[in-house]
Amino acid sequence: MATSASAETPRSPALTRLTAGPLRVLVSLIVPAITFLVLRWAFIFMRDTEADRISIAIVALIIGVGGVWALYLVTDNLVSILPEGIRETVRPFVFVGPALVIIAVYLVYPAVRTVSLSFFGPRSEEFVGLQNYAFALTSDDMLLALRNNVLWLIFVTSFVVSLGLIIAVLSDRIGRWEPIAKSFVFLPMAISAVGASIIWKFVYSFQPIQRPQIGLLNAVFTALGGDPQGWLILKPWNNFFLIVIMIWILTGFAMVVLSAAIKGVPGELLEAARMDGASEIRIFFGVIVPYIRGTLITITTTVLIMVLKVFDIVFVMTGGQFDTEVIANRMYREMFTFGNFGRSSALAVILLVAVIPIMIYNVRSLEQSRR
Amino acid sequence: MSLGYQTPRSMSSDRLRKFASGLPVRFLVLLIALVWTLPSAGLLVSSLRPPIDITSSGWWTVFAHPFEASVWTVENYEQVLTTHGLGNAFLNSVLVTVPSVVIPITIAAFAAYAFAWLEFPGRKLLFIVVVGLMVVPLQMSLIPLLRLYTQLDLNGTFLGVWLAHTGFGLPLAVFLLFGYISTLPGEIIESARVDGASPLTTFTRLVLPLSVPVVASFAIFQFLWVWNDLLVALIFLGTKEEVAVITARLAALVGRRGEQWHVLTAGAFVSMAVPLLVFFLLQRYFVRGLTAGSVKG
Repeated sequence: MATSASAETPRSPALTRLTAGPLRVLVSLIVPAITFLVLRWAFIFMRDTEADRISIAIVALIIGVGGVWALYLVTDNLVSILPEGIRETVRPFVFVGPALVIIAVYLVYPAVRTVSLSFFGPRSEEFVGLQNYAFALTSDDMLLALRNNVLWLIFVTSFVVSLGLIIAVLSDRIGRWEPIAKSFVFLPMAISAVGASIIWKFVYSFQPIQRPQIGLLNAVFTALGGDPQGWLILKPWNNFFLIVIMIWILTGFAMVVLSAAIKGVPGELLEAARMDGASEIRIFFGVIVPYIRGTLITITTTVLIMVLKVFDIVFVMTGGQFDTEVIANRMYREMFTFGNFGRSSALAVILLVAVIPIMIYNVRSLEQSRR
Repeated sequence: MSLGYQTPRSMSSDRLRKFASGLPVRFLVLLIALVWTLPSAGLLVSSLRPPIDITSSGWWTVFAHPFEASVWTVENYEQVLTTHGLGNAFLNSVLVTVPSVVIPITIAAFAAYAFAWLEFPGRKLLFIVVVGLMVVPLQMSLIPLLRLYTQLDLNGTFLGVWLAHTGFGLPLAVFLLFGYISTLPGEIIESARVDGASPLTTFTRLVLPLSVPVVASFAIFQFLWVWNDLLVALIFLGTKEEVAVITARLAALVGRRGEQWHVLTAGAFVSMAVPLLVFFLLQRYFVRGLTAGSVKG
């Protein structure tokens, strides 16, 4: 059993002596037991502690970095004492097992459970059939939220992709200023949606008519002769003022990715088109766009997924009031404000159904790339 | 036009013409960059003005007397960091973020290595499942996890949030790291095996050091994702002052004191400080991380 053990990994001499003999089996059982106890203690410590932040931070880092590593080293060692025949069959699961367990607990099990909860009432006690879906697809509140989500999907996606593409093409032509100009457009991508919402709340801020306006939009609007407006309560246009925020955040992202793709268009291809006397506009639609088609599809689907789940912006700006509700915010409110887990689950399932085509597309392209 | 610097040896009159025709484009791009920056600039300027000034005149008016000391102050920052608990929230954000980045990367690296270089039953199918899960909205997980956490007493604990971020980040992490690790040359991994190295040694001594670039890219993406996240933090940690992260705290401040601009402007910039630092210092990796991580559900 212990014969091939020392060939495993280079160890310090003391450790080799300890692990080479029959002691190895004992060590292999005690070490995991100790590891388990330490992890358990750390778990309870971090869960129940009233200790100060710094000591939690230290324990956290030790567990976060060291604990996870220890887990792998210990289980790998445990596998090494298995009979030779099955040892190498089991070993891959030491590597892949923890990831699979976490994915199962955090994604697969909850998804199945959410689907089943969506057929139950608010407290998940009585079966209600499709009632939650009837609510989600026919009630006035939800029809409004669905309409708003469609607005978000259409306007954010189309503006982000086309603006990103236009800025990428234009900045490709300004020489050495390109990186700086692009940085400024890209910068909002580093900011949280909460931070961005505060920035824009300030832009939209409203003061009564006789006072000086402190919001940029009202200042410009009144300078042009208009009366100051409460943009965020101006139905239904307030939806568009929220949509602008997400366009502002995501355009830089589309620009950066598309810009990289545009730089990949072969110079000879452009040269040949110019030789044939094609205009710049024709070259753009006839050469550049077809060449970067794959990237355009990726960007579009990515933006669609992000927009579909939009939550933070609406949560911070209006809380879904004034007819600005969207699915993800409503889901949060059903869960925490109304305590209706059935409806909340049904809304999550609707979000899932909406991404299933993209999921299938991803899996297909994975299988194609493998052939 | 863009051929101008692809064929730099073109005739000089040609170059001049191109330069002239490029001027409107330059102007347009400059204008776009300006428009994109103005909202953030307004917030930054405001955060440095006395509270009374913020609400009584537009932030652009400071540029009438930019050199008068009385128009600038850092008191807003002092105030949000101490009395409004944002200093504490900032610490909480660090506490949440660091393990939430390190744990998923470690676990994903082990798994990606196994998917790429070890044989085991169900390998293909399991990998397809992981890729499929990448776009599943995390909303699908919230309610069952919240109940599970209630049973385990994990609600409102850092540990619970770390594990949640680990779970939500894993499919993408495995996919990205797999994409890189599977392209490492097979000969060196084979020769390590022939030399008697165990899979664990091969992984720690060979595969991991070679994978540093992709690990860095994912780390930056995951860092931004966790630092800027509001939903997961709200649900599993809540808004209580001892545990709330900075985004949750800010969101609560907006709700409670809608128009206290000196608090909100300074607070927003405190929350942005770290990601902006990453942005300016690591822009190249940052771009790579974001582009690579863009498909996350």
